[in-house]
Amino acid sequence: MVCESWKTKLDAYLDGELPSEETRAFDIHVHNCPYCSADALTRVQTKRAIQVAGKRFTPSAEFRRRMQQNIAAKPRRGRFGFAWMTATPAIAVLAVVALTATYNERERVRTEQVYGEVADLHVATLASSSPVDVISTDRHTVKPWFQGKIPFAFDLPELKDSEFSLLGGRMTYLDQAPGAHLIYDVRKHHISVFVFQEQSLRLPGRLNENSFAPKDVSFNVETWSQGGLRYFIIGDASAADIDGLARLFKGAS
Amino acid sequence: MTRLDTQPDSFEELAMPLFDRLYNFAHWLTHNREEAEDLVQETYAKALKGFSSFRLGTNFRAWMYRILRNTFLTSRTGLKAAMTLSLDSEEDGPELPLEDDTPETILMERSNLQLVQSAIDKLPVYFREILLLCDVEEMSYQEIAETLSIPIGTVMSRLSRARKTLRDGLRLQFQKG
Repeated sequence: MVCESWKTKLDAYLDGELPSEETRAFDIHVHNCPYCSADALTRVQTKRAIQVAGKRFTPSAEFRRRMQQNIAAKPRRGRFGFAWMTATPAIAVLAVVALTATYNERERVRTEQVYGEVADLHVATLASSSPVDVISTDRHTVKPWFQGKIPFAFDLPELKDSEFSLLGGRMTYLDQAPGAHLIYDVRKHHISVFVFQEQSLRLPGRLNENSFAPKDVSFNVETWSQGGLRYFIIGDASAADIDGLARLFKGAS
Repeated sequence: MTRLDTQPDSFEELAMPLFDRLYNFAHWLTHNREEAEDLVQETYAKALKGFSSFRLGTNFRAWMYRILRNTFLTSRTGLKAAMTLSLDSEEDGPELPLEDDTPETILMERSNLQLVQSAIDKLPVYFREILLLCDVEEMSYQEIAETLSIPIGTVMSRLSRARKTLRDGLRLQFQKG
């Protein structure tokens, strides 16, 4: 099996993913090795066949027209810059006031959206017939399940001597970013813990105010950022329970 | 590779060139024209909504595909497909070698389009999507990693398994035929 070390990289070579020096070495080897050249030929043929077969579906003209109408010429933010603000100081002051008000309003709306989306994820999951994909009370089973499914790692707290029990976990998405969704139980109340990479979310600054939560989210919610990760804990358990679980997580990280 | 080197005027200018390819990808995922149209429509609506926060210089194509794929995964069809996800670990182990007997080669030579399409169709969604992104969309491993939110090592090992599974599927069809 003299060519095993080459074969392991053959796909990357054919996909053009090897560094140039390694590619050159591969070129020479493939030209001189009948086994690898035959293997490479087969793989290229498969790749070409997938390429041709994969271009299979075409949108209808009607659908294209509809989509074009929907998104036609939506200008990008800030296209005209802020040059007009230099017109007169009075206009500039008014504009700053208006912009501040708009900014605050957008922050408030966005904050409510984030809490709303987290509450939706919590409710939708509990309503599902299979709320968790990994069912285990053992944190050493649940944590490794997320390996390779989400692009970060996190720690789960030791629950011994606490009233909380782990029910399991599943993958979730917020703002198109993948994250971990863990479900805990305390006195028959289910609590969701969400963990995301802070940098992958578009969060309003107001979320850092731990106590802020919109009134129309009828759950107790706690959120914080720690070690580059954003945590949300939400449930219909008491605020003290939510806070208790949050403290366990903060201590575990 | 789509890179944003110049400031585009509008979302339309950036997004519409991807329309046909996104639709093709959506149809492969959903196996249904109507669902594919809904998926593409929702993808564009979400992308348009989030466009003001899109950072120039980052990969717009990977961003659009990520939105489409995440939207699919949270749809009814996507949730059902996700339930078939293998729990096998995807360690960055050695890639699987190609078998010596290659009936699939004969299939390729015959350019049997339908057989290849059928074999792709039968792949689990997480293999189907990575094969399409690599071989049809010609994305780099880095772009695929961004689109699927997985490490590059996982891209390589999953791609290798996907190709192996496709070859096995083709071999099976060849034996049947």
